[in-house]
Amino acid sequence: MATSTTTLERARVYVSPTRQRVFGIVFLALAIAIWLLFARGLEPGTTTTFRLTPGGSSVTLPNWEFTTSTAVYLAAVFSAALGGYQLALGFKKRTELVLGLVAGLFIFAFLAWAAAGTSLNVAGLLRSTLLRAVPITLGAFSGVLCERAGVVNIAIEGMMLTGAMVGALVGSVTNLWIGLLAAILAGAILALVHAVLSITYKTDQIVSGTVINIFAIGMTSYISAKFMQRYQALNNPGIFSDFEIPLLSKIPFLGPILFDHNIFVYALFVFMVVLHLALFYTRWGLRVRSVGEHPKAADTLGINVFRTRYMSVILGGMMAGFGGAYFTLGSVGRFDEVMTAGRGFIGLAAMIFGNWTPFGSFGAGMLFGFADSLASKIAILGVPIPSEFLLMAPYVATMIVLAGIVGRGHMPAADGQPYEKE
Amino acid sequence: MTEKPAPEENREVKQSALQIFIEETMGVSFLIPLLAILTGLILGGIFIAITSEQVYATWRDSPLLAIQTGFGEAWSAYRALFIGAIGDPARIIAALQSGDAAAIRSAFNPISDSLVQTTPYIFAGLAVALGFRAGLFNIGAEGQLFMGAIFAVYAGYSIKGLPTVIHLPLAFLIGAIGGGLWGFIPGLLKAKTGGHEVINTIMMNYIAFRLSEYLLRGPLQRPDSFNPITPFVELSARLPKFFADPLRFHLGFFVALGVAYLVYWLLFKTRWGFDLRTVGNSPNAARYAGMNIVMVTIVAMSLSGALAGMAGANEVLGVNYNLALAFSSGYGFDSIALALLGKSHPLGVVLASLLFGTLRAGAIQMQVSAGIPIDIISVVQALILAFIAAPAIIRTIYRLRAPSVAEEGVFVRGWGGD
Repeated sequence: MATSTTTLERARVYVSPTRQRVFGIVFLALAIAIWLLFARGLEPGTTTTFRLTPGGSSVTLPNWEFTTSTAVYLAAVFSAALGGYQLALGFKKRTELVLGLVAGLFIFAFLAWAAAGTSLNVAGLLRSTLLRAVPITLGAFSGVLCERAGVVNIAIEGMMLTGAMVGALVGSVTNLWIGLLAAILAGAILALVHAVLSITYKTDQIVSGTVINIFAIGMTSYISAKFMQRYQALNNPGIFSDFEIPLLSKIPFLGPILFDHNIFVYALFVFMVVLHLALFYTRWGLRVRSVGEHPKAADTLGINVFRTRYMSVILGGMMAGFGGAYFTLGSVGRFDEVMTAGRGFIGLAAMIFGNWTPFGSFGAGMLFGFADSLASKIAILGVPIPSEFLLMAPYVATMIVLAGIVGRGHMPAADGQPYEKE
Repeated sequence: MTEKPAPEENREVKQSALQIFIEETMGVSFLIPLLAILTGLILGGIFIAITSEQVYATWRDSPLLAIQTGFGEAWSAYRALFIGAIGDPARIIAALQSGDAAAIRSAFNPISDSLVQTTPYIFAGLAVALGFRAGLFNIGAEGQLFMGAIFAVYAGYSIKGLPTVIHLPLAFLIGAIGGGLWGFIPGLLKAKTGGHEVINTIMMNYIAFRLSEYLLRGPLQRPDSFNPITPFVELSARLPKFFADPLRFHLGFFVALGVAYLVYWLLFKTRWGFDLRTVGNSPNAARYAGMNIVMVTIVAMSLSGALAGMAGANEVLGVNYNLALAFSSGYGFDSIALALLGKSHPLGVVLASLLFGTLRAGAIQMQVSAGIPIDIISVVQALILAFIAAPAIIRTIYRLRAPSVAEEGVFVRGWGGD
């Protein structure tokens, strides 16, 4: 089993000459953009200060102060060098890694430029990036579970919203843990509806997802307006508190960013690893993927396509319910109408951006979370870019990826197709 | 479609809109949509009953009484909905007898409001239906509606000094172009790169939200206001109302009907419509017949967006006369339900829109008079949509026989978009 999995993975890593060139040009374009946008117009001698300790943390690190123009020029030159190497020789398998590196340089140059003459709490920015990435990534995991088995789930948003509402309601009446369980259960029930409609009744999966989204928005707003706004006791679950992981949280810089959170963030890391291992290294994962790629072949081999799909979709719903609970039990401590505000759909985008993989989804979730948290800082820094455009970036990026301009993602072949047993 | 039909076939070719509608829907039987609506309303009533505090209060004393209370609750809610949507019959008769113009107007206000609510539904439902016919799933009506509203409101307040006959159609058309642009991009991406229109239109929705946020807080903001709201559109760009206040009924409703007829004509009476439907029904056949699938896809998606844009234009030029940030309305998702309920036929969409518009107008009144949150209609609409999409459920509930002909499934297509 394991060998067939790895060959399947390896076959994908082939970089065509056109793609190599496109990437090279992208790297060069980013280098030029750094130079044009950030390097010019900088007064010589201006310094940027990056603060490396998040607010309120005990693990302190001295500030990092540097000359802005030098750093920005270095970033531009380095990006250009990488672009040149890509055009001439090519990074082959590591191309995407290098793309990440160049993107990182671009962001670094942007931050250095934005904070020129002042200081920016980089650690705080990264910490809030992670927090904002949590619901997006959990939503993306939900999508990965469903779509790997060949069932499109655009109802992540509705499942998360329901999870948030049920978690807050049950959590207020009982306690946080039961609230969390109830949220997961609520997600599972909606997923069951999605599964019945789209697997058993073979309804179009987009229609089925739309049904759940409309229902979830209506139902949660109804309950909220009728009960939770009127009786405060029903909408006061409290939140899971943060706790430090011993030793790991003492790592300078990274410790306070990664290892001083509540259960949702740690669960995210655990789910990411478990999901990756389960999908790509177990018999169960191989079955799920075969059902998503070629259900007929899977059926011929004796895999129960319906049961496998049911299972994945319900697990996906539980994941979405858990992600929804983050809004009420992990962050705000209260339910507001339509509070997920499209995070489920960004999760869908993150899943596509992350190429239907858990690690990719997390990376995309972090990227989108970064755009989100940067947008809230941008006004403070006085950068002349409207924050709304920054918030648009994830959606535009997803459309670009989908169009295959920077390489096409690998979508499960039978994604969205109901299976008809003959 | 263009070649001359043989004389004996002539009779069949000249069909009225109604005939085609019946023919299109008869294959699936009229009963299903009606039963779906009925079942949705019944389940909505049960939902009202089980979320009622009175029911729980009486449950401890006597479960039987509680069930009775539940019935009473659901009944009074639907009564309030009906009166809110159609008006109180007794009041209408009394007003007509008194002959007082103001009283008559206020008695007919519910009907007027229902039609006002119906209008954007017609446009948005047509948008999704047109997409369905071409095999495209336009889930981005919401964003296209936003863009239509923004374009129309800008044309409405920034252009000054034009007569109504020019300014109003111009602003409306510009709104349609705004929506069309938002449909064109996913259409182009679908046709040229195969990027699935569902994801792209969802993304375009959020880009539209962010863009409108930026525009309403910046360039389009009313100069004397701190709130994200645009200036009022010029009087010359407003859709004329037929009656004095409080009746809001305006020309938009008839424009919508006209556009519905136009869409019908385009789909069923022109060669282009034939191409579009062929591409939607069987892309392979269309490919072998040498139809320009790329062109059809792009144009269909743009037209679909333009129709949704008209819904937005209609709202700003006919109802609100300006655009505020909290404009989102849920029309985008509802319009999918409309198109499916109306079997993607313009006449069906108009009928479905009348139902949804009436429900919505009634629910607004119900919220005031019976204390039932307006969101109940979303629940009912979701249930109706579920039953329409999976008619087998309805058939099981009512023990209907399975259709002899294979049912025209609701548009099932893979995600990959090949």
